[in-house]
Amino acid sequence: MHTLMQCLWRLRMVGVVLLLAVLAASLAPPSSAAEPDEEIGQAVGTVDADTWRQVKSGENFVDSRYDSTYNLINPSGETWRQIRNEWISPAGLIAIGGMLAILIIFYLIVGRNDLDHERTGRKILRWTVFERSLHWTVATLFIALSLTGLNLLYGKFVFRHIFGDVFWANMIMGSKLIHNYAGPVFGILLIVILAKWLKVNLPKKHDWEWFKQGGGMVGDKHPDAGFANAGEKAWFWILASVGLLVVISGLVLDFPIFGQTRDNMQWANMFHGVTSLILMTVALGHIYIGTLGTEGALEGMATGYVDETWAKQHHNLWYEEVKDNAGQPQQSDPPVGDDTATAHRPN
Amino acid sequence: MAQMKFLCDAERCIECNGCVTACKNANETDWGIQRRRVVTLDDGKPSEVSISVACMHCDDAPCMAVCPTDCFYKTDDGIVLHDKDICIGCGYCLYACPFGAPQFPKEEAFGERGKMDKCTFCAGGPAETKEEEYEKYGANRIAEGKLPLCAEMCSTKALLAGDAQTISDIFRERVVYRGHEDGGWSSVEKAQMSGPDVSGNLDEMAYDATRATREG
Repeated sequence: MHTLMQCLWRLRMVGVVLLLAVLAASLAPPSSAAEPDEEIGQAVGTVDADTWRQVKSGENFVDSRYDSTYNLINPSGETWRQIRNEWISPAGLIAIGGMLAILIIFYLIVGRNDLDHERTGRKILRWTVFERSLHWTVATLFIALSLTGLNLLYGKFVFRHIFGDVFWANMIMGSKLIHNYAGPVFGILLIVILAKWLKVNLPKKHDWEWFKQGGGMVGDKHPDAGFANAGEKAWFWILASVGLLVVISGLVLDFPIFGQTRDNMQWANMFHGVTSLILMTVALGHIYIGTLGTEGALEGMATGYVDETWAKQHHNLWYEEVKDNAGQPQQSDPPVGDDTATAHRPN
Repeated sequence: MAQMKFLCDAERCIECNGCVTACKNANETDWGIQRRRVVTLDDGKPSEVSISVACMHCDDAPCMAVCPTDCFYKTDDGIVLHDKDICIGCGYCLYACPFGAPQFPKEEAFGERGKMDKCTFCAGGPAETKEEEYEKYGANRIAEGKLPLCAEMCSTKALLAGDAQTISDIFRERVVYRGHEDGGWSSVEKAQMSGPDVSGNLDEMAYDATRATREG
């Protein structure tokens, strides 16, 4: 009895297993091993349009180069090239050349902004030794950086053909070294100079009027101006905005060891080009007004002192407040400290 | 005149990195400089595919266009070379290159880049003597009538180097033999799924390894 039960049990189990096997066979997908089409699909990689899209996207790839962060194909480089070569380069030439042309034409037509009255000979302290040395250091660095920067952007179209390979190699290498080492120094001093002159460059109500009258550059009008007129303030704030952008983007390019990617540097380079060309263009105006354009302006930054007449004409509000401190004509080289300067610029 | 080009047949590349090693060996490049590299997409998946890449010696080379020193030039064979005496290591060629070919040995202060180094198609570069040329640019196999070592040593002949016309003929022949849907730009798999009559051909390919024994 016992054995019969066992036999029946076994039969039943075999039946269930068989049934399951048949079910499984009918439900299971066809084996891929039996399909050469599918097999080859797995054996051979798929290089199709999607593959090339993937190549550009930079996803799902490994690279045999040990420190590589590059995609197989980087389309951004071409964009950068187009923007730099087709837009920034020519635009910079147009901006700088245009500014030069405007200044020359302006000088020829309007001429120098002369003093309206005789000099009194009484001198007023305008820039301390510290301020003057700061100004001329920054100015020298600015000019050095501009010339080397322009050489990096445009030099190859001119100098290699004129001077030959050996001279050109040294010239462009020197340009890069000066640019890379003077840059950070300029950046630090720019911040110092901005901090130093921040107070006198805060916008005032009368500055708007100054702008409306064009700064009195044409005609006999002399709009109100404090220690710094609105034009100087504009230059200050351009340096504080565009100038700092030049410095920041320059630092990104100067030290490529902080993990910045190639795309970061492409952007930094475009930013640096645009902002520095703007700065150079405006600087030409600043240089013109400070030298050829205005009688008595350069002597202020050269000697530290301006004539009473000049102060009255160009910075009347400032003059009103400091006129009592005007020195005597024979006063040749008085001690000049920063404290004195502070006393000279209440507004 | 010949127009020298590289062509990597991605259907054949097996990611052995033989080209990378061959290049390094032929040119004795600086530490950390690897002129050729193998990029693998979808590593470890069925759709995995590998491509060997170095300087592609572009017709309209972006590096040449942006170089502030104008140190690049093109040989009569269409090979893009550069003069390391003029290079200042500014990195602009690296920004512009779509293939990440230019590399810079990190050896100067503050991470300043050294002279750029890239694949020369084993054609050396401008130098006074052969020794100087080898020192600066690596092998000049082209001058000896040889092709770049990477392509010559490729075990599956995936990497082809030579005149554009010749290597594209070879590639075209392969594509025709494999079967194709749209000039080889689609995968074998796709071609075989929708192509007109390539099943026999594909069947042969699938059992390529055994066929040799069968026929031999």
